[in-house]
Amino acid sequence: MSILIITEHDNQSLKPVTLNLVTAAQQIGGEIDLLVAGENCQGAAEAAAAVAGVRKVIVADNAAYAHQLAENLSKLVVELAEGYSHILAPGTTTGKNALPRVAALLGVNQLSDVIGIEAADTFKRPIYAGNAIATVKSADAVKVMTVRGTAFDAAEATGGSAAIEACGSVHQHADVSFVDEMLAKSDRPELTAASVVVSGGRGMGNGDNFELLNKVADKLGAAVGASRAAVDAGFVPNDMQVGQTGKMVAPELYIAVGISGAIQHLAGMKDSKVIVAINKDEEAPIFQVADYGLVGDLFEAVPELESRL
Amino acid sequence: MKVLVAVKRVIDYNVKVRVKSDRSDVDLANVKMALNPFCEIAVEEAVRLKEAGAAEEVVVVSIGSKACQEQLRTALALGADRAIQVDAPDQLDSLSVARILQKVAEEESADLILLGKQAIDSDNNQTGQMLAALMDRPQATFASELVIEGETLKVTREIDGGLQTLSLKLPAVVTTDLRLNEPRYASLPNIMKAKKKPLDVKTPEELGAQLAGGVELVSVEPPAERQAGIKVGSVEELVDKLRNEAKVVA
Ligand SMILES: Cc1cc2nc3c(=O)[nH]c(=O)nc-3n(C[C@H](O)[C@H](O)[C@H](O)COP(=O)(O)OP(=O)(O)OC[C@H]3O[C@@H](n4cnc5c(N)ncnc54)[C@H](O)[C@@H]3O)c2cc1C
Ligand SMILES: Nc1ncnc2c1ncn2[C@@H]1O[C@H](COP(=O)(O)O)[C@@H](O)[C@H]1O
Repeated sequence: MSILIITEHDNQSLKPVTLNLVTAAQQIGGEIDLLVAGENCQGAAEAAAAVAGVRKVIVADNAAYAHQLAENLSKLVVELAEGYSHILAPGTTTGKNALPRVAALLGVNQLSDVIGIEAADTFKRPIYAGNAIATVKSADAVKVMTVRGTAFDAAEATGGSAAIEACGSVHQHADVSFVDEMLAKSDRPELTAASVVVSGGRGMGNGDNFELLNKVADKLGAAVGASRAAVDAGFVPNDMQVGQTGKMVAPELYIAVGISGAIQHLAGMKDSKVIVAINKDEEAPIFQVADYGLVGDLFEAVPELESRL
Repeated sequence: MKVLVAVKRVIDYNVKVRVKSDRSDVDLANVKMALNPFCEIAVEEAVRLKEAGAAEEVVVVSIGSKACQEQLRTALALGADRAIQVDAPDQLDSLSVARILQKVAEEESADLILLGKQAIDSDNNQTGQMLAALMDRPQATFASELVIEGETLKVTREIDGGLQTLSLKLPAVVTTDLRLNEPRYASLPNIMKAKKKPLDVKTPEELGAQLAGGVELVSVEPPAERQAGIKVGSVEELVDKLRNEAKVVA
């Protein structure tokens, strides 16, 4: 068996989630190759080659892959697919965007958001917003799957010395082009990789009040997240949404502030190790999953929390 | 421009699903069903395009047993012109759905195909992408804004790091995210009118679509339950617990 992992990177370095996928691949068993497709991505390729347990790194360095456009990336992966028993991508927006195209072109179904490896052909994945966990068995010749990074430990980023192989194939779909991108800039850790996450909901009242959470986050080295209601109300940008249809997080500590705990929100954070809820409504469903619940007004509790940390 | 919208009948998003005691699947008996929220957003967007004069016709399609006609009628009441039910088992696999949709899109010569980004039952998030690949057409998933400029489509997408804008030549496939629009409520007169709008029934065989399969559902289990926690009386107590009991804060 051999496994191809589509890495996520910013051309210079690998995104941490790639390391979680290497662990998932090790649990499947077999040789592990990484694909780095990008533009001027030699740095990321070298980082990939240093990951422990990797056999080979395939680098496709071309403007066609600069923005990971699904049309181009999927054709590249299909071209490289021969001989692989499994093709993995992270369950990020990039992976979710491109990998189903790979599956369709290979004539197989994709297994989405895998959280457990039972056997080389049998996997666990959440359905119904995580209210049920399905065990699925694939009879397809190649298993194409997105993997939820938080469900697997990170492999060692160093210690490997894989061969780097260049792939010169260029796939450029004529009918799609990148226009621009507005990426949130933050000095805080990335939501899905942070060990502490502080999230605010509609109870925050407005965007300025998120400053209260930022201060707590700064003390804890935490990322800041939000409920959908907070995003929809325009308090904070969409990339902060945690939940079934936002980001899946599983930090050591999750602090939910002014969030009621709808099932769609719980789907994105209930695998956190320790959950704290601060809410003025003692009946709020968030308390059913919280290890430590504080009933009270967040505008008093959060500043006090900050001063005591 | 003709817009095709794929809609799925799913469990209502407010209902917490339970696993059957024999763990063969989830229990959908007597559970409230609804139009998948993302599909509702897709229908709304199509209807707005029509209202803005950018689209001439909005066709909705659902693949499933007869029960999904209920959701097709809902879409018609929201403003779609015509509906197609492709009669097939519920919970068909995504590749089969995408192959059927490809045939329908070809038959209809659809210029724009709108789907939800995700069905909230399977949480697959793949059908739109598969359809685009089968048709070798461009795609914009997780759309939060859509602007038609002649033969091209400018779409803003919600991605992990923020927002991305792509330009696509029609025909194209777009999957909707939550913030694309806020769907309207169907008015009573429109619900009545929808009953008279055309609804065709087809089969995958008639369409010449080949079904896929390949993935077997072995079992379903409830997620690990969290231990019930405690309520703390003060912020001071909370910080003490986090430091000395949970040991997650230095
Ligand atoms: C298809 C679909 C997908 C969805 N996906 C997601 C998703 O990915 N993520 C997500 O989060 N939601 C999602 N939702 C929305 C979800 O159903 C809820 O509407 C949302 O999570 C509610 O956000 P909230 O808890 O911030 O707001 P509310 O439910 O309004 O709760 C606000 C809470 O703040 C408390 N509060 C108010 N003021 C104070 C105060 N001064 N001090 C302390 N507490 C206070 C209130 O008691 C209340 O409990 C989705 C919905 C649908 C239909
Ligand atoms: N059986 C179906 N009938 C019609 N459309 C579907 C069906 N299944 C999925 N879709 C469409 O594909 C989208 C994504 O579904 P999924 O890939 O299953 O998460 C849905 O929001 C629908 O627009």
